[in-house]
Amino acid sequence: MSGATATLAGHGGSVSSRYEDSSATREPTWVKWTLVTISLSFFSFFLLLPLFAVFTEALRKGWDVYWAALVEPDALSAIKLTLIAAAIAVPLNLVFGVAAAWSISKFQFPGKQFLITLIDLPFSVSPVVAGLIYVLIFGRQGWIGGWLMDHDIKILFAIPGIVLATTFVTFPFIARELIPLMEAQGKEEEEASIVLGATGLQTFWHVTLPNIKWGLIYGVILCNARAMGEFGAVSVVSGHIRGETNTMPLHVEILYNEYQFAAAFAVASLLALLALLTLAVKTFVEWQAGKSNNQSDKEE
Amino acid sequence: MSVAGKRVLPGFNITMGYTLVYLSLLVLIPLSAVFFKTATLGFDEFWAVISSPRVVASYKLSFGASLLAAGVNAVFGLLLAWTLVRYSFPGKGLVDSLIDLPFALPTAVAGIALTAIYSQNGWIGSIIEPHGIKVAFTPNGVLVALIFIGLPFVVRTVQPILQDLERELEEASASLGANRLQTFRFVIFPALFPALLTGFALAFARAVGEYGSVIFIAGNMPMVSEITPLMIITKLEQYDYAGATSIALVMLLVSFALLLVINGLQAWTSKRTGRDR
Repeated sequence: MSGATATLAGHGGSVSSRYEDSSATREPTWVKWTLVTISLSFFSFFLLLPLFAVFTEALRKGWDVYWAALVEPDALSAIKLTLIAAAIAVPLNLVFGVAAAWSISKFQFPGKQFLITLIDLPFSVSPVVAGLIYVLIFGRQGWIGGWLMDHDIKILFAIPGIVLATTFVTFPFIARELIPLMEAQGKEEEEASIVLGATGLQTFWHVTLPNIKWGLIYGVILCNARAMGEFGAVSVVSGHIRGETNTMPLHVEILYNEYQFAAAFAVASLLALLALLTLAVKTFVEWQAGKSNNQSDKEE
Repeated sequence: MSVAGKRVLPGFNITMGYTLVYLSLLVLIPLSAVFFKTATLGFDEFWAVISSPRVVASYKLSFGASLLAAGVNAVFGLLLAWTLVRYSFPGKGLVDSLIDLPFALPTAVAGIALTAIYSQNGWIGSIIEPHGIKVAFTPNGVLVALIFIGLPFVVRTVQPILQDLERELEEASASLGANRLQTFRFVIFPALFPALLTGFALAFARAVGEYGSVIFIAGNMPMVSEITPLMIITKLEQYDYAGATSIALVMLLVSFALLLVINGLQAWTSKRTGRDR
């Protein structure tokens, strides 16, 4: 499901004027504004309204209630656990993403397309199923559940399980972003660097990395957003122990089910801010990537 | 071509080895657990679980609502992509950035926000409920949540194709006497169709497995508004691991089938447009 991430195409700002300037490719004004009105209404109705609702509901009972909901010990522990899970899952998938992209994009081997499909798998698996598979392995009746119990190692309903589930659902993000990018760039520059005597790591660091840095950043922030926001998979493996194995989305759920709506939306608003920040970084990265594309076009 | 196929670049063995080990440990071996666990059940037992009336009702809702939501998204996603590529209007950059909100916003947050809007006292709920239209805590709510999470898939698959279309084709069509509607119908739409279908399939695949945004607004009434992923959770909460795994296997097989379809559609898109993904 590459559609989720493969969007780092430079957005040509002048595309629309190219069409609007010529009478052959221009619609009548009333058609334009009707279409703009319909699509923007749909956009506002389905995307903007929920976003506004989060902040409105969060502040419904005032700033004091809002602040109290965020500094309460259970909320703080949920925030901490969310940060821990993302801090482990994102670097793991970053290393994997770079390794996978290097081997897939710089070398030819049979079964390449199949391997890419396998890497995509976690995108198409329901989050609930993603959680379930770890229950089947580490659960009391699971493959190694008995052995774990004998040695008093807790994975399920504890932090390792949450980290594993988070890593699973965010698995393809960075690889998926890098593979098409590195394939498009070819390997001539790296080969030149090796022939000139650089080591593999030097080549990667000084030749490849500068070329892929925007795609890499983009993959990392998307991966991070999903890691911090994952609900279904984490919900299955967490056990919902308050103050211990609750991540922020799970804490939101508990508060909501206890009818503490203002508190639930207060914690949710932090996650919504994270989402907005992610989109802002994404927009900036696209702008930078577009700028460097234009530059290299000029140089050619 | 590099020196007669000889590898100049180092690091293939180690990166490929790491990729395969990490992929196997984290994804392939855990996923195989679903197959092995189901295999320990007899076929009759497996069949009894996946064909029980409550589970069948959940398939109908999950697949029906996902199809409908993907359809709505195909129409409005195409319209949004068209508006963003072809027209200039104030705030366009902001709209373009916010299209990806459903990718970035945690599903649980979307779920409670939508519920707040469409419940009896909410912004929209308080307007439509007096007219007898109920959304929150009904199958309609499931549909609304699935439309929310699926929209960017269609916009982001159609948008780049629309951006790369050659303007000359449309000018040729106009000079041959076609009006704009005919040009759209016979020149633009056929070029967009594979991408539109891919976006539809991506939105559908995502919707079928979706959990977080749906469970808050669905109301989760047995036989009426329970989605299939929720059935897995319900079985798990009753410690019915065999039952949960059986339903998970059905969902996994559906995901694999959809993945194949989507790969095929993407290949068709790039063949049709000469564009890599």
